[in-house]
Amino acid sequence: MRRALITVLAALPLALLAWPAHAALRVFACEPEWGALAQDLGGDLVDVVVATNALQDPHQVQAKPSLIARMRNADLVACTGAELEIGWLPVLLQQSGNAKVQPGQPGNFAAADYVRKLEVPSLVDRSQGDVHASGNPHIQTDPRNIALVAAALGARLAQVDPGHASQYAQRQADFMSRWREAMVRWTAQGAPLKGVPVASQHKAFVYLYDWLGMKEVAVLEPKPGVEPSVSHLEEVLSALKGTPVRMVLYAAYQDPRPSEWLSRNAGIPAVKLPFTVGGTEGAKDLFGLFDDTLARLLAAEARK
Amino acid sequence: MHKLLPAGLALALAAPLGAVAEPASDIQALRQEIQAIRAEYEARLNALEQRLQAAEAAAAPAPTAPASPPVAAAPSGGGANAFNPAISLILSGMYTRTSQDPDKYAITGVPLPASVPIGPGTRGFSLSESELALAASVDPWFRGAANIAIEPDNTVLVEEAYVQTTSLGSGFSLKAGRFFSGIGYLNPQHMHTWDFVDNPLAYQAFLDTQYGDDGLQVSWIAPTDQYIELNAELGRGLSFPGTDTGRNGPGMIALIAHTGGDVGDSNSWRAGLSMLDAKADDQSLVATNTAGSTVTNAFTGSTRVWVADAIWKWAPHGNAVRTNFKLQGEYLRSTRSGTLAYDVAGIDRAGAYRAVQSGWYAQGVYQFIPHWRIGLRTEQLSPGTPDYGLNSASLPSIDYRPRKNSLMVDFSPSEFSRMRLQFARDEARQGHQDNQLFMQYLMSLGAHGAHSF
Repeated sequence: MRRALITVLAALPLALLAWPAHAALRVFACEPEWGALAQDLGGDLVDVVVATNALQDPHQVQAKPSLIARMRNADLVACTGAELEIGWLPVLLQQSGNAKVQPGQPGNFAAADYVRKLEVPSLVDRSQGDVHASGNPHIQTDPRNIALVAAALGARLAQVDPGHASQYAQRQADFMSRWREAMVRWTAQGAPLKGVPVASQHKAFVYLYDWLGMKEVAVLEPKPGVEPSVSHLEEVLSALKGTPVRMVLYAAYQDPRPSEWLSRNAGIPAVKLPFTVGGTEGAKDLFGLFDDTLARLLAAEARK
Repeated sequence: MHKLLPAGLALALAAPLGAVAEPASDIQALRQEIQAIRAEYEARLNALEQRLQAAEAAAAPAPTAPASPPVAAAPSGGGANAFNPAISLILSGMYTRTSQDPDKYAITGVPLPASVPIGPGTRGFSLSESELALAASVDPWFRGAANIAIEPDNTVLVEEAYVQTTSLGSGFSLKAGRFFSGIGYLNPQHMHTWDFVDNPLAYQAFLDTQYGDDGLQVSWIAPTDQYIELNAELGRGLSFPGTDTGRNGPGMIALIAHTGGDVGDSNSWRAGLSMLDAKADDQSLVATNTAGSTVTNAFTGSTRVWVADAIWKWAPHGNAVRTNFKLQGEYLRSTRSGTLAYDVAGIDRAGAYRAVQSGWYAQGVYQFIPHWRIGLRTEQLSPGTPDYGLNSASLPSIDYRPRKNSLMVDFSPSEFSRMRLQFARDEARQGHQDNQLFMQYLMSLGAHGAHSF
């Protein structure tokens, strides 16, 4: 009985191994923005699976069975890095049994390695909340960062799938020229936002502010990742009396209540930003992400 | 034992000093090697910088330069310390109140060795185990991890210490060392991740609370979109239902299969079936005889434990931060067959023995607002009708089903701290209902742990 069971269990893997291999390069993207970028750069040469959606907090995701299965089959893992996925990505990597995508392998791509990170803490202590030792990981809110990551990701796609290197180079050049045009437009559109003082619910938009020259005067979370209490919100509100802000920003995945509370009590608009691809109706792809972000900011700015 | 730890620490700290005494030629060679590595990295960095500049130029027009230059400080200590493993420490303590004396705790109809830690533990204030976890990559081919539990009685327990391959590929990985078996759902989970203060009665009765062993594990993930994981384990048979004896062959074999997936954005699940076979030689079991007195019997034979497990998790759009719900259940069935020597201190009569026992638990944990969860667990055991062979006149067949219900509420101010209140009505011991109250804190410091599903 036992011998028969062992034989069956041993034969099953071999039977499954004989399945035909997938033709396209399989990309496992941790967040929707990198999924969209890989799709833009790879076209039909890649088969992209996105691990999270725009309504999930990327800090807190479950290492669920479906993700282990997809990690197992991935040729390239494209994530943010900078410890954003530290609570779940290591488990997926360990359990996947996939040697190609382990840290240090060409199949493991961390976008944050290719941009200049802001808010690198000089003091790393949990009394400061959920701080990231390598800096703020929400790099995708600045289109200049997307360009830097696109250059690196395009090269990486060509490295892991050298047979299609010329196609990747061509797609990358095409993406870059479209992105450059769009950035000229966005930078012109965003000019009125320069110097505008704002409050944010989570420190999710430092790269956006850095790009547009907006000023983050207050943050609703008392510490990163710690939800604001009413008494803390009241403190923020009274602090804002001296230095008023024009709007309060929150990401699509967050609970809107703290921002709505401030909006009601300070009489300023609360602006929901897509934060990533899929966060709002308009943010259907990377271009839409910035079109919609700017449209929402400008609409709030125009409301006087 | 407690003297070994300081000595080991001292040795570990002294080890790097040995490097100073290297002969001069070796130092020369090392220097050259470092020089070569440095040159290579500089070349790569230059190439990278050029690429970055090219990309930045491509992304022009570059908007206004940021007002403040970036902080470029590397957060690590640098040098040799940069290679230190991820270290985390779990601190935990409890207050326990029980209506029955914990020393007299027993699960009626389930004979167990005295070493199996059943029941609510000690009354009053107590420290739970402090768990030190270290993990890091060994080299490009292996990673290593150790979980060392420092018990409140000042003994040190190696809970897990294993190395694991990272580069076999094709979905395979191999683990060697001491580890918790992958059977069931709760078995491989560390105490600080449990949703209740204690493990279910079925785990206490059939798996030594949590089955850990020294051995090998090979696991394989199928190359399908549906998650299918198969595991096979060989072990020494260190824990109950096995016994640790000096045999050459394995004392434990386990086969495990799990599958799982998603239902829409909001639901995910996992289910599995596991089987564990363990050999026991002369295993002392504490039992009650027909006359009602406590006797020690000795069991020699084999035990097979089947575990069926299922878990279902719900979170709106997969975002578990505000609210989420978790439903899990496991069914365990243990078959012991061999010989049982009755009353080894007295009559010492050996007879054939076969017992089929089973147990299950079901629990639900609901996070109703951020940081607050409430959980309910219900469980029952069925000791079955053991066949005592020659000893059937001396050992009774008890028709009693031990059961227990637990209710818990916990509050987690952050990902790293949790406080829990648990109330349980424990009817494991026939005729002695035990009302148990636990207050517990669990805090983790150091490296950010990543938890499995």
